[in-house]
Amino acid sequence: MAFHSVAEILELAKLEDIPFWEVVLRSDMEERQVTREESMAKMLITWQAMRDAADAYTGTRRSVSGLVGGDGMRMRQYQLRGKAIAGGYVGEVIAEALSMAESNACMRRIVAAPTAGACGVLPAVLLPLQKDKDLTQRQILEAFYVASGVGMVIAHNACISGASGGCQAEIGTASAMAAAALVSLKGGSDKMIAQAVAIALSNLMGLVCDPVAGLVEVPCVKRNVIGAMNAISAADMALAGIECVVPVDEVIEAMGEVGRSMPVQFRETALGGLANTPTGRAVRDRMQEHQEWK
Amino acid sequence: MNLFDILGPIMIGPSSSHTAGAARIGNMARTLLGEIPVQAKIHLHGSFAQTGSGHGTDRALVGGLLGMKPDDLRIPFAFEEAEKDGLQFSIDTIELREAHPNTAVIELIGENGARLEMQACSIGGGAIEVHKINGIDVLFTGAFNTLVIHNHDEYGTLAAVTTILSQLHINVANMSLNRAKRGGDALMVLETDQHIKPSQVEFLRDLPGILSLTYYDKEDEEYGFSLRR
Ligand code: SF4
Repeated sequence: MAFHSVAEILELAKLEDIPFWEVVLRSDMEERQVTREESMAKMLITWQAMRDAADAYTGTRRSVSGLVGGDGMRMRQYQLRGKAIAGGYVGEVIAEALSMAESNACMRRIVAAPTAGACGVLPAVLLPLQKDKDLTQRQILEAFYVASGVGMVIAHNACISGASGGCQAEIGTASAMAAAALVSLKGGSDKMIAQAVAIALSNLMGLVCDPVAGLVEVPCVKRNVIGAMNAISAADMALAGIECVVPVDEVIEAMGEVGRSMPVQFRETALGGLANTPTGRAVRDRMQEHQEWK
Repeated sequence: MNLFDILGPIMIGPSSSHTAGAARIGNMARTLLGEIPVQAKIHLHGSFAQTGSGHGTDRALVGGLLGMKPDDLRIPFAFEEAEKDGLQFSIDTIELREAHPNTAVIELIGENGARLEMQACSIGGGAIEVHKINGIDVLFTGAFNTLVIHNHDEYGTLAAVTTILSQLHINVANMSLNRAKRGGDALMVLETDQHIKPSQVEFLRDLPGILSLTYYDKEDEEYGFSLRR
């Protein structure tokens, strides 16, 4: 990887007088030995796969455990009645985050971003913006480069999986990536991108990974919603010029430290938190009895 | 790790380790068997055993054995597909000593009678490691094009294989020789940067001393490929 911190991306951008996304694009060309066109074509495929995943959602499929499926549709219908507290863009984001995360739980095709469990966050904040006619595909691809550059740094300096750093690492990283993408789309400065990442990550710090019965369903599907909501508020704060006191790279380090010191029962082992409630344990027992091949 | 490990893979949910990695393990076993499998015994260890059903690990493994890649829309219906394709399978749990929590042991019989026993694990993000083939310890990942060669006369065979590969301008990235505890049989694993053509694989297979040879072609990053299905 050509950079080891967000600060380094900002420096490179300044040094070469290129935008944030261009720094990330060039590092991909270097890393995978591909041309600019090849890299962008692959990014376009990724975006297309997200859109296809959103289109494929019907709300009819249920997860193997039967715990989730259908809430994305329920939220959309509720939105359509026009009485939602958070309507408009925000309402659509909530419905999209639920739908995508349910698609993952129900074995549909999704794009991990950065993980399968958190796959709803980034597309949720981007998909509803497609209707905006002033927004070009090019801008969306640029936002993807920004988001994945941020994800690379977090993966490098902290962690991105629930098993290694709790949900703050998984949904938290997805949220930081989505916040960065939004700032990029809205034409914010590179510094604002960094601020949005710092704010988004700070605000989910400490979130544990406690999936009921060890499945990527409860609380995961709804956690995608908080990841997306958090991204929107972090992006708006950054665009308003609000700054995070602790610089972004220090926030990332801190998240990694919190993750490492998190007790193992809060790192995807399904031994703590919601997984260890009477209801959580009952679901686990029921699942184990019903394994088809047992 | 590259950009598209962060934004990707494009995969069937719900879990990169328990679903996408499981499909890769199945695929690897099918490839190493070298023919179409007709019978499979799948043994799940650790977290695969505990949460494999809820994560679709079982379906993904069977799907992989049928040749499905991690983004194949048929994975949720792999059990039904297996019936159509004439693959008999059984799934149970196993307790292994000192194995990674996401480990599967797969015993396969092919349509022409070939047999394979493979132990592999899913190490996160959809990446896998093969740890045992027919009782012999190995270590490779499928992130490269991989030749797995079962041979007698290891010294001469190794020299012959590497000479031919270099003549074909195929670069060997990693290589390992793994001996079974008893007897003179050995497993050679060669990971190469370039793809090896089927005709070239056939040529290598005919070299003296080689008992069997299988070739795993790295998953392609072909643009649009994953969306066509
Ligand atoms: S609770 Fe754990 S499994 Fe669920 S989304 Fe968060 S990190 Fe992923």
